[in-house]
Amino acid sequence: MISLKPDQIQPVAQNTNTNDGKIRDAKTREDSSRREFLKGSAAALALAPGMTLFAYGEAGAKPAAQAVTNKSRWGLLIDAAKFSDADVDACVKACQDENGWRDNGRPLTDAQWIRRVNLKNKKTEEKFSLPMMCQHCAEPPCVDVCPTGASFKRKDGIVLVDKHICIGCRYCMMACPYKARSFVHEHVEDQKEHAPRGIGTVESCTMCVHLVDEGKQPACVKAAPRGGMVFGDLNDKSSKLAQLIKSVATQQVRADLNLDPGVRYRNI
Amino acid sequence: MAETYRQLREYNNSFNILLVLHVVVIAIGLGAAFYMEHNGHVVTGMNNQVVWGLPHVFAIFLIVSASGALNLASASSVFSKLAYKRFARLSAILAIALLIGGLVVLLLDLGRPDRLIIAMTYYNFKSIFAWNIILYTGFITIVGIYLWTMMDKTVARFNKVAGWGAFVWRIILTTGTGSIFGFLVAREAYDAAIMAPLFISASFVYGMAFTVWVLITMCQATGHRLLTRDVSTKLRELFIIFIAAMLYFTAVQHLTNLYAAEHIGVERYILWSGSVFTWLFWVGHVFIGALLPLMILMKPDFGSSRVGLTSASILMLLGGMAHIYVIVIGGQSYPLSLFPGMEVTSTFQDGVFGTYMPTLPELLLGLAGVSIAMFIVGFALKILPFLPSPVEEDQ
Ligand code: SF4
Ligand code: SF4
Repeated sequence: MISLKPDQIQPVAQNTNTNDGKIRDAKTREDSSRREFLKGSAAALALAPGMTLFAYGEAGAKPAAQAVTNKSRWGLLIDAAKFSDADVDACVKACQDENGWRDNGRPLTDAQWIRRVNLKNKKTEEKFSLPMMCQHCAEPPCVDVCPTGASFKRKDGIVLVDKHICIGCRYCMMACPYKARSFVHEHVEDQKEHAPRGIGTVESCTMCVHLVDEGKQPACVKAAPRGGMVFGDLNDKSSKLAQLIKSVATQQVRADLNLDPGVRYRNI
Repeated sequence: MAETYRQLREYNNSFNILLVLHVVVIAIGLGAAFYMEHNGHVVTGMNNQVVWGLPHVFAIFLIVSASGALNLASASSVFSKLAYKRFARLSAILAIALLIGGLVVLLLDLGRPDRLIIAMTYYNFKSIFAWNIILYTGFITIVGIYLWTMMDKTVARFNKVAGWGAFVWRIILTTGTGSIFGFLVAREAYDAAIMAPLFISASFVYGMAFTVWVLITMCQATGHRLLTRDVSTKLRELFIIFIAAMLYFTAVQHLTNLYAAEHIGVERYILWSGSVFTWLFWVGHVFIGALLPLMILMKPDFGSSRVGLTSASILMLLGGMAHIYVIVIGGQSYPLSLFPGMEVTSTFQDGVFGTYMPTLPELLLGLAGVSIAMFIVGFALKILPFLPSPVEEDQ
């Protein structure tokens, strides 16, 4: 169990969690000029007691050999035809277990990193369901609008929220076309050490970045029915994901918005 | 004589009572903000579908009004309308005060208001929101300098430049505020370039309404007459023009949306579905906020009387709140269209109209923003010569 006091910013000394460091390591950020700027402002922030600076320190950085690069772009292909309602729910459960968010019985305010969306084609009357989560857009509106830069895209395409500089303005939620983000409306307990959460900040699917960084698959992918979800590197032409996307008909949700989501669908 | 200003020295008790009342409202509002922050937004009506609630309505309303409150000052410095010069200082301090009131509400409604220092030191320059923070601080600074040039003879020669600066800045500021919505591509209610001119025209109405309201309150408090008949008539005429402009842009906004097929759903929802927004739009914004004041103002005598102007101003302010409420809450309540051509349901309010019922703490926080603005003005009038000196009864 971790020693995180729920909802609090962790003072530097208390947090020895390297996974955290990886996720938030400024080295992984795409915009290096912003990084320089942030580093500059860190000095000023040091004056404020209790303010966390470690996010930009080198302590939790990945070894150079594994540094996050733009060589890969992580993505998912979801085959709606392979999912029953129960299959989607299994994915949701797996994400909850992995990342520590849960149903508090308050559907309006509870966080949902991944959800089951039920669809009915108005013309054909055909019904089906699919899992919906952050689409990890290549051109993410949530990142563009975020005033502090808390919403950011890693070089490998994973879009995250830095919980330490999110001020909870919720502009990213207004901007996200996929309703992928949740605001933490109440105190949270029993956080997972690799998925820090905090009242008053915004969160969304991290593509299980802590697992991906260890070379593993996201939790939902493992829970999905065989072939229901394929995780992989969109940039690697030899990956199963890239080959499938080349060979079968796939769709982007709201492709008209030109956000180039990393999550693709089949059989919608 | 027409250019002399006074510090507020003689006033009746009603002014003191008003100031105390504002302090009480502010204290209660701060308490409400603390309560919300302590428990989280779960104690508000906001949720994951309607993420901006009543505090945002108040904040945006105050910020939009702030820029409009500068009207009389701009009219005198930029457009050389000397009749308004007497009100320039009051108009400038009111603009600053309204902006501060709005910003306090915005800040206290953040999920993490304690991270103010982060909001001020970490900038993502791609974000229109971050730009707005710069626009707001810039506005306070420029209008502050402008006030200074009005009050200090040694820098008076810069008055015109500062006046222009403030005028240009306020137009950019309101454009920026409108653009907060204009940039939300996937929200169908907002996806329109018309947002910026709409906000500018609305700011003229609401800002002037605040100005007139404050002026008339001060007439009451000092027992003096501050508005000549001539000025009252001009204000009446200005209001008519501004209301007409706002109605025009509102009409253009909705008509262009109706023209675009993908926006018909949201227009139907707001304009004639019978939802709470339909009522707020037609009864609140259009009737109470525009038509009723127009009816009052169209009567030359009554429209320029103290009672006429006051009631018209209050109606415009109420209508203004309804207007911003429909834009902010109504626009969010309409579901995002993820899968066009499909019926969508989920446990996350996909495909349904988002519900939002404001709670008392949200209202209290919002009202505190108004009181903060009013208290700043009242206090400033007491310590500095901002108030126009009284005019003769029959002028
Ligand atoms: S789906 Fe939404 S939250 Fe995820 S990257 Fe795209 S805009 Fe951002
Ligand atoms: S809520 Fe947080 S992550 Fe979202 S835009 Fe605001 S500061 Fe950025």
